[in-house]
Amino acid sequence: MGKTLYQKIWEKHVVEELSDDSALLYIDLQMIHEVTSPQAFEGLRTNNRQVRCPNKNFATMDHSIPTQNRHLPFADRIAQLQVETLAKNCSDFGIKLFDLNSPHQGIVHVIAPEQGLTQPGMTIVCGDSHTSTHGAFGSLAFGIGTSEVEQVLATQSLVQSKARTMKIEFTGSLKEHSYAKDMILKLIGEIGTAGGTNYVLEYTGQAIRELSIEGRMTICNMSIEGGARAGIIAPDEKTFAFLKSRRYSPQGSNWDKALLHWKELVTDKDANFDKVVTIDTSRISPHITWGTTPSQVVEVDGYVPEITDFSGRNQQDACQKALDYMGLKGGEKMKDLMLDRVFIGSCTNARLEDLRIVANIVKGRKVCPKLEAMIVPGSGSIKKMAEKEGLADIFLAAGFEWREAGCSMCLGMNEDILQAGQRCASTSNRNFEGRQGKGGRTHLVSPAVAAASAICGHIASVNDI
Amino acid sequence: MEPFIKHQGSVVAMERVNIDTDQIIPKQFLKKLSKIGFGKYLFFDWRFLEDGGLNPDFILNKPKHQGASILVAGDNFGCGSSREHAPWALLDYGIRVIISTSFADIFSNNCYKNGILPIVVKEELLEKLFAQAKRPASVEFMINLEQQSLSDADGVISKFNIEARQKEFLLKGLDDIKWTLQFKDKISTFENRQKVDLPWLWLN
Repeated sequence: MGKTLYQKIWEKHVVEELSDDSALLYIDLQMIHEVTSPQAFEGLRTNNRQVRCPNKNFATMDHSIPTQNRHLPFADRIAQLQVETLAKNCSDFGIKLFDLNSPHQGIVHVIAPEQGLTQPGMTIVCGDSHTSTHGAFGSLAFGIGTSEVEQVLATQSLVQSKARTMKIEFTGSLKEHSYAKDMILKLIGEIGTAGGTNYVLEYTGQAIRELSIEGRMTICNMSIEGGARAGIIAPDEKTFAFLKSRRYSPQGSNWDKALLHWKELVTDKDANFDKVVTIDTSRISPHITWGTTPSQVVEVDGYVPEITDFSGRNQQDACQKALDYMGLKGGEKMKDLMLDRVFIGSCTNARLEDLRIVANIVKGRKVCPKLEAMIVPGSGSIKKMAEKEGLADIFLAAGFEWREAGCSMCLGMNEDILQAGQRCASTSNRNFEGRQGKGGRTHLVSPAVAAASAICGHIASVNDI
Repeated sequence: MEPFIKHQGSVVAMERVNIDTDQIIPKQFLKKLSKIGFGKYLFFDWRFLEDGGLNPDFILNKPKHQGASILVAGDNFGCGSSREHAPWALLDYGIRVIISTSFADIFSNNCYKNGILPIVVKEELLEKLFAQAKRPASVEFMINLEQQSLSDADGVISKFNIEARQKEFLLKGLDDIKWTLQFKDKISTFENRQKVDLPWLWLN
């Protein structure tokens, strides 16, 4: 019987089989950031351990850093101490750090692909759940906790149990004004927030092949919101073209060797998946979350659901809690919801392609004066390119704030937060209670819907402007 | 890690699905550099009022649940962010066992690393446990990891599953890194083979 791409990567990384369904796996790349690593380095020191392969670990600062006034000391002294600690740890243990002075600093899941660190067939980990993003290149990438960050630093390996495999086939093509974000929101709406628990999802089908690498990253990024351990997409010519000539991509004869290996990274035709989900992409309209989990999703043209739309006490109870928190009533039209904030950013949607989509929509228009809208690019490199292309001028002329790269209001660890009761259209990945600020109300959308909503002042699609 | 062999403690139930790690420990508390002292921030936004006082309506604040060490919660507990600060906060607060119909993958892993036992039960049983925990008097459960049993004063309620490796690590309080280092030579062998097979991974 044939093998899935997941099985192939697994087998290529087994250091030691431990049982029928678990093994010690070698980890090719670990990305590190300031929030989930200090205790790991401390553990190494306490036990007098070294970093096994410093060159397979890379660090940046993204979660708790300010996105403006970077020339000043942080207003938040504790956050300052945290980034200083990361700098010291990287220097003490010989780990390459993209710090705030680096032109390549940015969100960990944006800069690793940008630098060519993320490559097909690799095993990649990071102390961050959105590590699933890197699966867009055909790598096995998943988030881990701080204990495992320490273990990878010390041993460059992790014990893993085999995941079940789920094939997600997106047939057909996306229609105009629908994007990768709408595909993944639609999927999570169907399988639920725990639908992918213990699974690795492999995304296939015409719509996936037609997506850019950026779009594929958006899809894999949110695999974790469906509970999946990882999301993966077989690499193809687009992947190889993206990687060619990146800073850490293989060069010369190594490129040729790598390419031969990468082209074999596909699921065999006769491979078996534990589960298959098929979605007709041509029917996917722009989507938006109405509630407090990424699975509580409707079409932008749709209505807030009623409690009676759900069956079972748990689901009805969850619906009521979400309605209460979000300040909504069942049956309200999504497009009638007035907004206080728009956030365009995060490891889900802050790459150049996303910014181009936004610029196309807002060019020559003005952000509704009743709301605050902010664009936070995913990396310093993206910021520079957007400025060079004239996108930044378009954003500033329209009335957007244009910030420095970081995670920003996706998780609100810095001062970029919602105030209680504020309603926000956000291109990020989580709409949990309080995620963007205590009492804040988040609606997850694509960059296109965020841009149109910023202009209109309420939830809107591109056709509304 | 402290070994987990048996545990007896009082039960508190949170009848809510999808309790995420942002709720368990909100982001403003993730800037600390150590693993200790997170218990006072556990469920911060639910547990405390705007003025900093205890929210009397929140279940953990009820007098009968003071000192609870076994948490029964709705499906998909611990979803979202990978922050290990969530189990650090639960443990520091005093929680040693969590019972639900499912746990998010990363969270469940993080629990084992910290000596917290996540027990997966069927939905009908979870409903029964919820009902039991709602009784006016405080309820105690006993967990015997060796026998993989969950009991109350009347006897065994249910057996539960756990991977053999996770069980052994909890029972013996083993250190993952120390354990992995026994394969040091095998890791070197793997690396040497990979340097030949996939040389471009070794250029940095």
